[in-house]
Amino acid sequence: MSRTFVGMPAFPVAARTALADTQLRHNLAHATGVIRDKRARVVAEVDGWEELRLAGAAVKERALHGLDEHLLTLERKLTANGATVHWARDAEEACAVVAQVAKAHGADEVVKVKSMATAEIGLNEALEAEGVAAWETDLAELIVQLGEDLPSHILVPAIHRNRAEIREIFLRRMAVVGRPAPDDLTDEPAVLAAAAREHLREKFLRARVGVSGANFAVAETGTLVVVESEGNGRMCLTLPEVLVSVVGIEKVVPTWGELDPLLRLLPRSSTGERMNPYTSTWSGVTPGDGPQEVHVILLDNGRTRALADEVGRQALRCIRCSACLNVCPVYERVGGHAYGSVYPGPIGAILGPLMRGTGDPQTDSLPYASSLCGACFEVCPVRIDIPEVLVHLRSKVVDAHRDEPVPKPEAVAMRGTGWAFGDAARLGLAERASGLVGRVMGRLGRSSLPGGRRAAGRLPGPGAAWTGARDLPAPPAESFRQWWARTDGGRADGGRTDGERADEGHVEEARDG
Amino acid sequence: MADARADILAAVRAALAGVEASVDPAASPPGVAAGPGTLDLFCERVADYRAVVQRCGPEEVAATVAAALPEGDVVVPEGLPVEVEGARVDDGLTALELDAVAAVVTGCAVAVAETGTIVLDHGPGQGRRAISLVPDVHVCVVRADQVVPDVPDALAALDPARPLTWVSGPSATSDIELDRVEGVHGPRTLHVVVVEG
Amino acid sequence: MKVALQVTCLNDALFPDVGKAVVTLLRRLGVDVDFPEAQTCCGQPMVNTGYLDEAVPAVRRFVEAFDGYDAVVTPSGSCAGSARHQQRLIAARAGDPALASAVERTSPLVHELSEFLVDVLGVTDVGAYFPHTVTYHPTCHSLRMLGVGDRPRRLLEAVRGLRLRELPAARECCGFGGTFAVKNADTSVAMGSDKARHVRETGAEVLVAGDSSCLVHIGGLLSRQRSGVRTMHLAEVLASTEDRAEAVR
Repeated sequence: MSRTFVGMPAFPVAARTALADTQLRHNLAHATGVIRDKRARVVAEVDGWEELRLAGAAVKERALHGLDEHLLTLERKLTANGATVHWARDAEEACAVVAQVAKAHGADEVVKVKSMATAEIGLNEALEAEGVAAWETDLAELIVQLGEDLPSHILVPAIHRNRAEIREIFLRRMAVVGRPAPDDLTDEPAVLAAAAREHLREKFLRARVGVSGANFAVAETGTLVVVESEGNGRMCLTLPEVLVSVVGIEKVVPTWGELDPLLRLLPRSSTGERMNPYTSTWSGVTPGDGPQEVHVILLDNGRTRALADEVGRQALRCIRCSACLNVCPVYERVGGHAYGSVYPGPIGAILGPLMRGTGDPQTDSLPYASSLCGACFEVCPVRIDIPEVLVHLRSKVVDAHRDEPVPKPEAVAMRGTGWAFGDAARLGLAERASGLVGRVMGRLGRSSLPGGRRAAGRLPGPGAAWTGARDLPAPPAESFRQWWARTDGGRADGGRTDGERADEGHVEEARDG
Repeated sequence: MADARADILAAVRAALAGVEASVDPAASPPGVAAGPGTLDLFCERVADYRAVVQRCGPEEVAATVAAALPEGDVVVPEGLPVEVEGARVDDGLTALELDAVAAVVTGCAVAVAETGTIVLDHGPGQGRRAISLVPDVHVCVVRADQVVPDVPDALAALDPARPLTWVSGPSATSDIELDRVEGVHGPRTLHVVVVEG
Repeated sequence: MKVALQVTCLNDALFPDVGKAVVTLLRRLGVDVDFPEAQTCCGQPMVNTGYLDEAVPAVRRFVEAFDGYDAVVTPSGSCAGSARHQQRLIAARAGDPALASAVERTSPLVHELSEFLVDVLGVTDVGAYFPHTVTYHPTCHSLRMLGVGDRPRRLLEAVRGLRLRELPAARECCGFGGTFAVKNADTSVAMGSDKARHVRETGAEVLVAGDSSCLVHIGGLLSRQRSGVRTMHLAEVLASTEDRAEAVR
């Protein structure tokens, strides 16, 4: 089961806290704005991007639909190539394998390539409990680890931090765990990156065990692929004697050639580059080059639960590019922590409930953390219809509560609305009641909207969620269907359709939001 | 962990009950086509990453490489067809020893025009992965006939049984405010020498 | 051609003038639009909140009400999207093959207003006159679920007297999102406030969109902020002529 951050409240509460943090709002708006523009530029220069997306989706779909066979092929090839394959049902089993390998080599530290799978299983904490230090070597992961912070983005886990905050973290914390930051450290990104280079180099050069994830695992050839930018990945994959890779079972790509659409889609969608600086591939052990002991842990941890969901299974196509986070208007404003797990944003709002199952209030709030605007689906390189899955998961949340003896007020309201919508006569009755309200408010309403229509003031109860910041127009004295019936679609009113009532004089007519 | 393996495979099969898997690999649309502009495109795209690109004829390679090298020790792999004066041929240098080396000169297996990428398969003339990683300057000699138009061409030309390193510019990060900075852990300078004719 | 108006539950109850504007506009263009009085709602409010069973009666009513028409016009990208993309899921959920085949018949007939005008009637100049400065917000479902593209823009650009101002970050969601607006009210208001700020920056007198739901949200913010900017549905602008100005007075 993938973890959630301990004690995380449901999304709306966490979001309210995040929205009040103006520094966070500023950092996020800037960073997501930059990356959106970069992505849009490099995507626009590809002829047939849509065909490429379709191909990417098809590759991952084929991989998932034959997953058992592909996993067996992968295991066979990896073993033949000199690697040791482990299987882990959950986080605990996967962490135990890594700890075991480290201890077998007497290592009290490992260097890590940025990996979502190892973050998901809480590997660092598990290793620490076994007396093994896990050093994050990706710059953003390093910032999060040194700052004793939580990740807030898939690609750039420290996206919520600005340069001044990062400088402060480096000055305060680097000395505690290794080479200190230079005294004259400035907040220039290039200077901060140079400090990270110096700090980590001694760790790379002495490390005996490296830990990674994998972006792709090619079954046919037994090849793992890691896509990165800084070269920290190459360091961890090349210099240590022992390498352990934690690979989610959905990372399988059936054949070598099928990497093609994915390697073209990922960098443009992720960092907004034509190609990321470094991609490393290795197929087991290469004598005389790189780690001579190679382990691969195939991890389930809720993936088979997601696979069993016919609508939701498409989420397992995800190649962790983060494009959906970067375009999401909700993510842009609340950041990643509000989602309560290492998988934030639109993809996190579906992956979490799919992998963990619905049932707890925090997880159940995630499918509702979206306005269903569809921007995520539009940019997804493997065409995951995130809004469709969100709505599907909402229905699972609702269905799980159907048999409760005392239904929630929302369920009562929805049943009532559903009942009214089942028959036009019932709906007409409800509207006549609201028209009565409208006539009263028309005389007594608190304020006028531009154009003259009365507005409802601050409403009590559930209506307060609306009227806390937004006016609500008072109901009109006459609904459309009443008008149509009374005037025969305007014909009886001398063809008038402009809302003037013959029998009641002027009705405020200009409508405003 | 034999039971974990059996459990996971059983869960996968249960989840996929009634789902038909396709036997044939999924087709991908073709990449950019080869043409007279392929080499120019490669040079332009490499330069976009703020790598240094120089084009030269076969007789100028040694001099061009020499001019690209910084002060300090240089390491080369066995089988490098270019003469690099004073360079040490890698014979299993440790990571610490490599850290004291200023530059490395290698060839490559294939290069990709559309993405400005060089790919090393770490065979003769390219060396172990570590030698083109730890030194701070990487000079890579690319023959014009090694440049293919796009990613699918490169995948078809490469042997997945070998370890591969795809390099697109110097190491870089965008982890601070999504502001791109060149030069982190991998070589901070990439110098690509393209040999024509 | 037998054309029906699906006025939408929101317009019916809260914004009847939008429905009247569609009737005015279509009659002016020679279409004798009918209003099947059995109609209620497309089902979207329930579906998007996760109450799929509760949406079944609405979908039944929908297909019955619009059976036998050649085209259904609705002044809402969101409701057209629901009819075209969600109703078949509800029919499947109900396990009712008759309902499923009825949905298959009606859903392709449902057109959002700008689609109907441009694609079915083949007009972009509807003979409207609206001498005001306006800005246009393309709503998410019309943009991304239906793909209406620049149809509403082309319609607005052909309106005499109308001055169209570019809305910054136009494609970004306003934050309404149905029950999202109350379930995640803080986030919804944060998104809407940015949208309202962009609207004010244009200096437009009127904000125009093709969905009353988004307008009630953005307009509610603009009104609370005393911005003086009015909101109008695309149908109301297109229904306006020299002889009779819709709404703005």
